[in-house]
Amino acid sequence: MNKYKKITLDGLIFQNPTLMLVLGTCPTLGLISSATSAAGMGLTVVVILTLSNMIISALKKLIPNEVRIPCYLVVIATLVTFARMLLEKFVPDLYDSLGGFLALIVVNCIILGRAEAFANKHTVLESAVDGIANGLGFTCALTVMGIVCEFLGSGSVFGLHIMDFAIGMFATPAGSFIIYGLSIALFTYIINLFEQKKRVKENKLARENLLDKEAA
Amino acid sequence: MGTFIAIVLAAVLTNNFITVKTYGICPFLGVSKKTQSAVGMGVAVTIVMALATLVTYPVYVYVMVPLHIEFLEIIFFIFIIASLVQMLEQVIKKVSPSLYNTMGIYLPLITTNCAVLGVTELVIGDMSQFLNGAAMNIGWAVLYALFAGLGFTLVMIIMSGMREKLNYYKTPKALAGFPTAMVTASFICMAFMVFTYIQI
Repeated sequence: MNKYKKITLDGLIFQNPTLMLVLGTCPTLGLISSATSAAGMGLTVVVILTLSNMIISALKKLIPNEVRIPCYLVVIATLVTFARMLLEKFVPDLYDSLGGFLALIVVNCIILGRAEAFANKHTVLESAVDGIANGLGFTCALTVMGIVCEFLGSGSVFGLHIMDFAIGMFATPAGSFIIYGLSIALFTYIINLFEQKKRVKENKLARENLLDKEAA
Repeated sequence: MGTFIAIVLAAVLTNNFITVKTYGICPFLGVSKKTQSAVGMGVAVTIVMALATLVTYPVYVYVMVPLHIEFLEIIFFIFIIASLVQMLEQVIKKVSPSLYNTMGIYLPLITTNCAVLGVTELVIGDMSQFLNGAAMNIGWAVLYALFAGLGFTLVMIIMSGMREKLNYYKTPKALAGFPTAMVTASFICMAFMVFTYIQI
């Protein structure tokens, strides 16, 4: 059970694909000016990432090492084609708001990166957990940044009007870049603080142990 | 002539791939630390964008539309781009080893570049706002791809110049690296917003 906990925590926090590894930047910057499309993108990626991780990890013995990247691309492109058809049919609003970025999920570094770094070395179940954790890490980061960006840009959150307040810059990529950059900085700062605290605690324990030994 | 100017202005300035569409951000942030490598990456992306459009546009119009298999466009396009990049790498390696040394290292990275797949998807969609009334054909498609690539290169060069200067300043630990680069990019975007007032 510990193994799955580590995979989940890594995907969500310590190796968060958006904020720690800075992967999949194009959809992030293009869509966080609206919280709804950011969350929709995130959830689409969760589904595609989980399925692609599972399929690739199930096929890892069949795929020859030399042509593995084209094979991964075929798997991912097929899943994206399905997702595109389903969204166009059942959620046309979301399909319109995602625009070109829906097709660009194929070349999203997060999905190819997880296939290359994780799914081709681990079991199907582990890969599925990893896909869900990384996808949710991506979704959470996108949604939080989307809420901030949409509020600053148009005074509404998830399309609900809150107050008459708008800074035009935040509705454009310029604002997305600033929000994304500052989010990375804040996240890194918090993680560093957390790890420093942990290290100080460990050092203190080690020193106490040493003192105890010397006293004995 | 009017259409030519409209497409060039739209591709390079008013609809710049990085500052307006936010396509191709990975190489923009990853390879913009030095001007030399930024130029190499920009030129490589421009060539691949133009070549990929030259191949995918006819394939889409003359093969996929008559056969009613438009829904397979993503799979077709990514395969065409991947094989094209692989082929280009081999050709450059054989024809000009010196060019391969300066540009070849960026080529494998380009397969998974949003800008290339993005432009091939864009030109088969609705392009009427850029065309100034003319009918869409392969010439305009390749022209748009070529100048979109040049616009990408332009922003890469501006960014690399700013990042080279930024190396002289000390930044707080949490802001070093990507956050500083993104705030810099944000200012470039703001500067490019001026061009959206151009009416063609």
